[in-house]
Amino acid sequence: MKLTKRLFLGLAAGSALATLPLSALAEGWQPRRPIDFTIMAGPGGGADQIARFVQSVAEANDLTNRPLVPTNRGGGSGAEALLHLKDARDPDHTLMVTLNSFYTTPIRQEGLGVDIEAFTPITMMGVDPFVLWVHKDSGITTFEQFVERVKEMDGGFVMGGTGSGQEDSIVIAYMAGAYDLKIKYIPYDGGGAVAKDLAGQQIMATVNNPAEAKGFYEAGDFVPLLAFSDERMEAYPDVPTMKEKGHDFSYYNQRALVGAPGMSEEAAAYYREVFGKVYESDEWQKYLVSESLSPLPMDEAQTRAYWATQVQNHRDLLAKIAN
Amino acid sequence: MEILSFLADGVLLALLPINLFLIVIGVTVGLFIGAMPGLGSVNGVAILLPITFLVPPSSAIIFLAAIYYGAMYGGAISSVTLGIPGASTAVATTFDGRPLALKGRASLALVTAALASFVGGTVANIFFTLFAPLLASLALSFGPPEIFALMLLAFATFVGLGGDDIPKTVFSICFGLVLASVGFDTISGEPRLVLFDIPGFLRGIGFIVLAIGVYGIGEMLWTIEQTRGEITSMNPKMTVKGMVEDAREAARLGWRGTTIGSILGFFVGVLPAAGATPGSLMSYGVAKMMSRNPQDYGNGTPDGVAAPEAANNSASTGAMLPMLTLGIPGSPTTAILLGGMVIWGLTPGPRLFVDESEFVWGLIGSFYISNVAALVINLAFIPLFIWMLRMPFTILSPLIFVLSIVGGFAASHSMHDLWLIVIFGIGAFFMRKFDYPLAPAVLAIVLGPIAEPTLRQSLLLSSGDPTIFFTRPIAGPITVIAIVLILLPALKLFRRNRAVVHS
Repeated sequence: MKLTKRLFLGLAAGSALATLPLSALAEGWQPRRPIDFTIMAGPGGGADQIARFVQSVAEANDLTNRPLVPTNRGGGSGAEALLHLKDARDPDHTLMVTLNSFYTTPIRQEGLGVDIEAFTPITMMGVDPFVLWVHKDSGITTFEQFVERVKEMDGGFVMGGTGSGQEDSIVIAYMAGAYDLKIKYIPYDGGGAVAKDLAGQQIMATVNNPAEAKGFYEAGDFVPLLAFSDERMEAYPDVPTMKEKGHDFSYYNQRALVGAPGMSEEAAAYYREVFGKVYESDEWQKYLVSESLSPLPMDEAQTRAYWATQVQNHRDLLAKIAN
Repeated sequence: MEILSFLADGVLLALLPINLFLIVIGVTVGLFIGAMPGLGSVNGVAILLPITFLVPPSSAIIFLAAIYYGAMYGGAISSVTLGIPGASTAVATTFDGRPLALKGRASLALVTAALASFVGGTVANIFFTLFAPLLASLALSFGPPEIFALMLLAFATFVGLGGDDIPKTVFSICFGLVLASVGFDTISGEPRLVLFDIPGFLRGIGFIVLAIGVYGIGEMLWTIEQTRGEITSMNPKMTVKGMVEDAREAARLGWRGTTIGSILGFFVGVLPAAGATPGSLMSYGVAKMMSRNPQDYGNGTPDGVAAPEAANNSASTGAMLPMLTLGIPGSPTTAILLGGMVIWGLTPGPRLFVDESEFVWGLIGSFYISNVAALVINLAFIPLFIWMLRMPFTILSPLIFVLSIVGGFAASHSMHDLWLIVIFGIGAFFMRKFDYPLAPAVLAIVLGPIAEPTLRQSLLLSSGDPTIFFTRPIAGPITVIAIVLILLPALKLFRRNRAVVHS
């Protein structure tokens, strides 16, 4: 018995050794251990949903030979995740699912010493537009009525959002500046909580991603007034955009995968191929439609250029808010 | 009667062989995940979410809900046997579960926990079945001022109890509140109290870190010091007859706590932002307050085990309600379930009950089945956990230490948290030596992150006018009750002093 067991083990080890270099040669770089899949937000939010969706598509189609291990590191508005990637001990096995705090947090907290230009672009999974919502009982049906109502209430109009310096507050601040509106802004700790308090009419309007407001919209509780997208959204063809109103402003939350600084070219190429396949999968394409995400495919160089413009835009917008 | 036929269909769906199989597996897995300190239903559901794509959505959510249920039962196990809360929802269970175990009545504590969980879960299921849409609108009418008033009430139940040294209780609460405010401030969007500029504090101090430190490490140090290592928490051999007797005793001594926990837990669970942990802590406080023998609490009364256990199961069902009807998660675990539903192509929200009635009622039906399965499986495993307790303390104490560290790491993958656990453990040991109650600090770190933002949101809403807590129809009465409860001990003291003067 002992002999056969040893023989069996030997054979198994031998065959493993024999096939390993071959497959490595055939397919280039392969992950050698589980992949750290850091999420820049807490469980349950948009970024978290997307991370788990991507993970399950990758798993269902057997796209990686090592598992993706999602970990939520949402602390400090993503500062925790940024630091984790910056100081990653094994950059070849460290990825992150981002939102726009990828741009804003390093600007707002310079002490972190995070330079996002050093991060490795992997795949842009899509961008999430913002829409202005009110409750149907408010009687407001157009953006013009909204502006009028806010002005009438002279500072008494209450909007909710996810906090000063967060995505929606940037949108609201722009809107308030453009139309000279006085809005009372109540910060919450997540888009879901904001939508819930609009449904309960604790607040009067929100700027939510369509995914967060969709359930209430379909039930007829929420009325969309204005989209902050470049063009009218397919799911909301009757909702005008800020651009149509004559203001050159659009704002999206990016849903992208990013590698740690110092990731090798080979590893980056491997992940781009894997997540490119996820992006093209039927599952992801359906998700883009059902959650009203806009596709925005770009390669590495385009992504880097996009980052540079986004950093500049956010610097300007945050400076405007601060004044 | 329409509801009953829907429900019957749902139960039949849950009883399909594949679903029943998933329920049994899910509950068992959940039980062990819940029993492992540090890991709770959040981790279990998150880890197993991807594998649910192999089965249809209704089976997938039944499986995840079964894990969720199992974990709620499982949390009590390590709370009782090791004194470390198995999950954040089971912290209050340690308050009386641990003393019972030290008295050699671990089996009574576990049987009480199982039965109370079952009753809590069942009561919540019935509420859910009958009043789901109504309760959804109730949840919506709770804005920031109402939630804050509720948190104030929770603190009041702990301060106003008397018995304990009030100044020390207040100190302990304040200590917990300070810890809770470390990290990132939602309202201003700025980091604050980042101690020594250590980046790990940006995330704040996790509740589970404090709980493991205080109850795992601190409690172990305390026990070693008290007994000089000579303790063997002896427990009689488990027999079926013994368990039946325990069940009788649990029913006799724990019914009051079970009733309070079942009802209160459900309503707190229904409110988004609250969830099962505040629900179980509040139920413990209220049960103690309403008890004729409040001094028994903390020294091992079955009521003190029953209240939080009934509440955490009841609240976990309650937390499903805003998730399904509003698309708003009531707890971290339901947040992940919600993500799962979106991935399966369902839109949680007001339309779900209409558009996907088969899915919803299948899920509700599975709650009933899961609850029965969890009770049976839990009772079957109790002898195993009791057997663990018969280990000599010299083996058990290093084991607790290792479990605390492993569990703390599993929860966050961060070394920073491990150091905190050790520091909190040593700190808790000294606090105990100087007779500071620890439970209020734990309560404060759970409720602080809910109370603080809602207070500030309310004051923003009212432009700084605090009367907002008195003038709103729901917040008003709750605030008044809370203030009366806080002032009650002072009043008693005053009357006692007067009585002394008279005599």
